[in-house]
Amino acid sequence: MRRCVHPDEPAEGAYFPPVSGNVRADATIAPDATASPRLVAPTEPTDELVVELRHVFKRFGSVPALSELNILVPKGRISVLLGPNGAGKTTAIRVITGALAPDRGHIRTFGMDPHTQGEEVRRRCGIVSAKPALYDRLSGWDNLQYSAELYGLGRNAVSQIRAAAGRFGIVEALDQQVGGYSTGMKTRLALARSVLHDPELLLFDEPTSGLDPESSHAVLQLIREMTDDGRTVVMCTHLLIEAEGLADQIIVLESGTDLMAGTQQELIRRYWPHDLVRLDAEDPAQLDQVAGWEGVVGYARNGLAEVQLDDLARVPDLVGHLAAAGVRLTRVEPHHPTLEELYFAVRAERRASGVDSPL
Amino acid sequence: MAFRTQRMWTVARTDLRQLFESKDFWVPMALLGGFFFLIVPAFLLLVIANVGNVGAVQQVSQALDLLPQSAQQAVPTVTSSGAEVDPATQVNYTLAVYLFAPIAVVVPLTISSAVGASTIVGERERGTGEFLAHSPADTREIYLGKLIASLIPGYITTVVGFGAYSLLVNIVVGGDLGYWFFPTSSWWLLIAWVLPPFLALALSLVLRLSARVRSTAAAQQATGLVTLPLIIIAYGQSTGALIGSGTATLSLILGAVAWTIAIISLATGVRSIKRASLLGVANEQ
Repeated sequence: MRRCVHPDEPAEGAYFPPVSGNVRADATIAPDATASPRLVAPTEPTDELVVELRHVFKRFGSVPALSELNILVPKGRISVLLGPNGAGKTTAIRVITGALAPDRGHIRTFGMDPHTQGEEVRRRCGIVSAKPALYDRLSGWDNLQYSAELYGLGRNAVSQIRAAAGRFGIVEALDQQVGGYSTGMKTRLALARSVLHDPELLLFDEPTSGLDPESSHAVLQLIREMTDDGRTVVMCTHLLIEAEGLADQIIVLESGTDLMAGTQQELIRRYWPHDLVRLDAEDPAQLDQVAGWEGVVGYARNGLAEVQLDDLARVPDLVGHLAAAGVRLTRVEPHHPTLEELYFAVRAERRASGVDSPL
Repeated sequence: MAFRTQRMWTVARTDLRQLFESKDFWVPMALLGGFFFLIVPAFLLLVIANVGNVGAVQQVSQALDLLPQSAQQAVPTVTSSGAEVDPATQVNYTLAVYLFAPIAVVVPLTISSAVGASTIVGERERGTGEFLAHSPADTREIYLGKLIASLIPGYITTVVGFGAYSLLVNIVVGGDLGYWFFPTSSWWLLIAWVLPPFLALALSLVLRLSARVRSTAAAQQATGLVTLPLIIIAYGQSTGALIGSGTATLSLILGAVAWTIAIISLATGVRSIKRASLLGVANEQ
């Protein structure tokens, strides 16, 4: 078993060689990622793909909305498009259904070109847009009836309407005008409308927008349940906590470009491939000495010190040697980065690389 | 992409249902129709009928000489019982048949234009355009559905207003003549043949505007600019068709020309609606 040695000890058998050069206490831990601007290369899912966007570009006048966008959505999974406002999430949804045509790029939904086979593609998709897109002057029933007819269920889709409304708990409100609905009820009605025609692909554009935490939780739970019967879900959000709890695959977008894609753990492991340990001491400056020790592949101190190790098994020796060096440690704990940390780290790096161009 | 008539009617029916639920829209429009089809004619006809054979009526009666010969000949001179028709009744007959006729064109054009102006930009403003844009409905189905939904209120106004107006003039003027004289054959042609293409033409222009402008208010203003000349033309042509020849020929020709222009305008107007115009994205080509 390897052991940690104090840097002042003889070099023989040492795992932590003496520090060479200056250590920046505020330096961030270097990510093991591909070069900017695409910091983490997207992986190619092996499952059947429901949506393929490759090298897609779209401009509105002089404003780029999508720029070299790649999105691969495997069947039966929840893929979350995560990004700030203006990242291109809504435009991505629109090109997936063929509501908008790209300037260039390869798009396939269910293996079809949504621009030329839009009717068939859209018939198999269910949409909840950022605004619920409901007709306020009509009743809930009439809204569902309208959708049923447009999607080819006919005028007698009574059982489907009742089933969809029942699933989202709005049966009692179906006779009321939608203008009198609460935001939560509108979202439920929009969700019911999206599944009315039994679509294979559900596209949700910030479905919890404007909802209170309880309603948001309920909506997310309903979305999760929708994949139980094999449906594929693509959901846009700028809320990290939603993506964290829901996504099978996260695709981070910014300025119309996909920055990275994968499961949460994959993304974090790709960005921080080594184990992280957080340290604190009565005199935190004393911790800086570990930066050059063997096995330490990254070090940063901003309040707490964050040490990236090639092996978590080095922690006991690291602690021992710090103690031997007179460092009075007050905190030693492994750290598992969250999606939020990853997101902001990636965005910070992107800004630093000078490619952060707000839309 | 296959055109499905059922979806077109679904769009039209849903738009009409929303319109029916919008009392703040149709109540003023109903008042407008009532004002022009009933209140104004009733007031004028009753005033003339009740002032009797006085100088003022005689002056108006002399103005009938300005009408084309064919129109003058159509004014009855004897009642059903063979009695001579008094000048006041002749004036009322002329007003009923010739003066108020073009109202049947102006009112429905105004109402249909108002409905059509907000139909697409309204979807965009409410956010419901997103639903339509992502739906399987073809843009031609959406366009024609909205066209029908805009056309029907105008045409219903015509039929209802025309019916009420017929009742009014037959009671007020027909009572003095001893028989119901209205509608005349020229009126039937006007309502069934001349008016519909003018409505369709106006709406094909209005829907193009509605697809392009950014707000309902802008659509209403732009619609006024586009449809006002059209209303004036329709008014002039309708008046000419009724008064000018006194025969059906002019109405038939005018209607045929209007239908041709309307069909061309409708066919090219279909292309003005794109899914992007329902979404309201800027600078979409």
